[in-house]
Amino acid sequence: MSGALDVDGAGGVDEDAFLKELKAYEGQPAAEGGVGRDLVNEPMIRHWCEAMGDTNPAYTGPDAVAPPTMLQAWTMGGLGGHQGRSAAQQELFELLDGAGFRSVVATDCEQEYLRPLRIGDEITFDAVIESVSERKTTKLGTGHFVTTRMDVRANGELAGTHRFRILKFAPAKRPARTSGAKDGKPVRRPRPVINRDNAGFWQGVEQHKLLIQCCTGCSVLRFPWLPGCNSCGSQEWDTVEASGEGTVYSYVVMHHPPFPAFDPPYAVGLIELAEGVRIISNVVGVPHDEVRIGMPVRLEFLRADEELEVPVFRPVQQESPAAASAEGSAA
Amino acid sequence: MSAGARTWAEGDELPPLEIPVTRTLIVAGAIASRDYQDVHHDAELAKAKGSPDIFMNILTTNGLVGRYLTDHFGPDAVLRKVAIRLGAPNYPGDTMVLTGKVVSVAEGTAQVAVVGANGIGKHVTGTVTVGLPREGASR
Repeated sequence: MSGALDVDGAGGVDEDAFLKELKAYEGQPAAEGGVGRDLVNEPMIRHWCEAMGDTNPAYTGPDAVAPPTMLQAWTMGGLGGHQGRSAAQQELFELLDGAGFRSVVATDCEQEYLRPLRIGDEITFDAVIESVSERKTTKLGTGHFVTTRMDVRANGELAGTHRFRILKFAPAKRPARTSGAKDGKPVRRPRPVINRDNAGFWQGVEQHKLLIQCCTGCSVLRFPWLPGCNSCGSQEWDTVEASGEGTVYSYVVMHHPPFPAFDPPYAVGLIELAEGVRIISNVVGVPHDEVRIGMPVRLEFLRADEELEVPVFRPVQQESPAAASAEGSAA
Repeated sequence: MSAGARTWAEGDELPPLEIPVTRTLIVAGAIASRDYQDVHHDAELAKAKGSPDIFMNILTTNGLVGRYLTDHFGPDAVLRKVAIRLGAPNYPGDTMVLTGKVVSVAEGTAQVAVVGANGIGKHVTGTVTVGLPREGASR
């Protein structure tokens, strides 16, 4: 599904030796003697509850407790940076950064709550690097999972444990930047494979004609182009030009995986032409979530780049480009 | 709160909770959790790091899962353990639907399997252990 995941910048490293280096950090402290920047306090609890939409009355009033899931928040360094992060943790991250695994994403969080946190509690914490995984390839990219386990104390008393797993990774190549550009160069759509069997179709496109094959043996129309007729087997054919009118027979909205030169989400329609055959193409000029089955559409030609033009379809009521502003693609 | 002797049993399904994943929620959750990683508030830098957009941080997901459970079991229920795994990221404009199912009830605690699905897959799967409110119990 996700296709080949080449790794940027991680090449050239001897993987086994590198893994050994990483493994040496297992069991080493990740944070020592960390102290929460703030005592457990009402404003931070309230801001959390506002963000989460959490109206639990247990988190307000004179004997409020903090939402247990805030556990990690009390240990965060904020803009001031990480508190009490160990030299080992620092080194491990630099090692991974240096090998090209610069991106980070959290994948797992396991928290156990032993006692509630109350207003005024002072938070302290220690953490250990539990494990560093071998190299893994995920949809996001290739990298190493790092698991840490933290003990969180309130006024010196163990209040909870927090196991946290992150992936330090090099992102999978995504030439499809939202801008459709990579390293300043626009990424072009894939080229059509033109051969003897379909050359006529692309010649038609050049002249802004959507040509359908028509069997001269039995007069059945066929699309996409094929050397022979599926109805009678004849290899003799002619073409008819599509009127350009059609309806959305079916569609999908592409979100993932991103594909070079395309800017998800976008609608891919199976268009039933007025002549009765169907063609797959983009539905343009309408937000992807407003495409509907049965929607009348009309053919037009989209110039993708200096070499490529493709037939696409636009809903007939919305020929003005005004609809395009509804779903800005470049924020 | 609920004075009625509400009981919970294995197999009970929690009513789904729909969370519109707005840019505001992602940023508000990141800041409320003191997480200033740029991928949770700066779309340009998120793209430079290979993500199509900003995405929700794990602490917010954790908080939403906690809320989902206490919304259902009431303010006297106590979260004992929350273990979550993230999958498909929560990008702005998506909707996450949280669903839950009680997988066991024993000795005043319930284990609940939770899934938060968005438009591109399962954002979160996890298991939550909740101490159930006892009649007359006070915090």
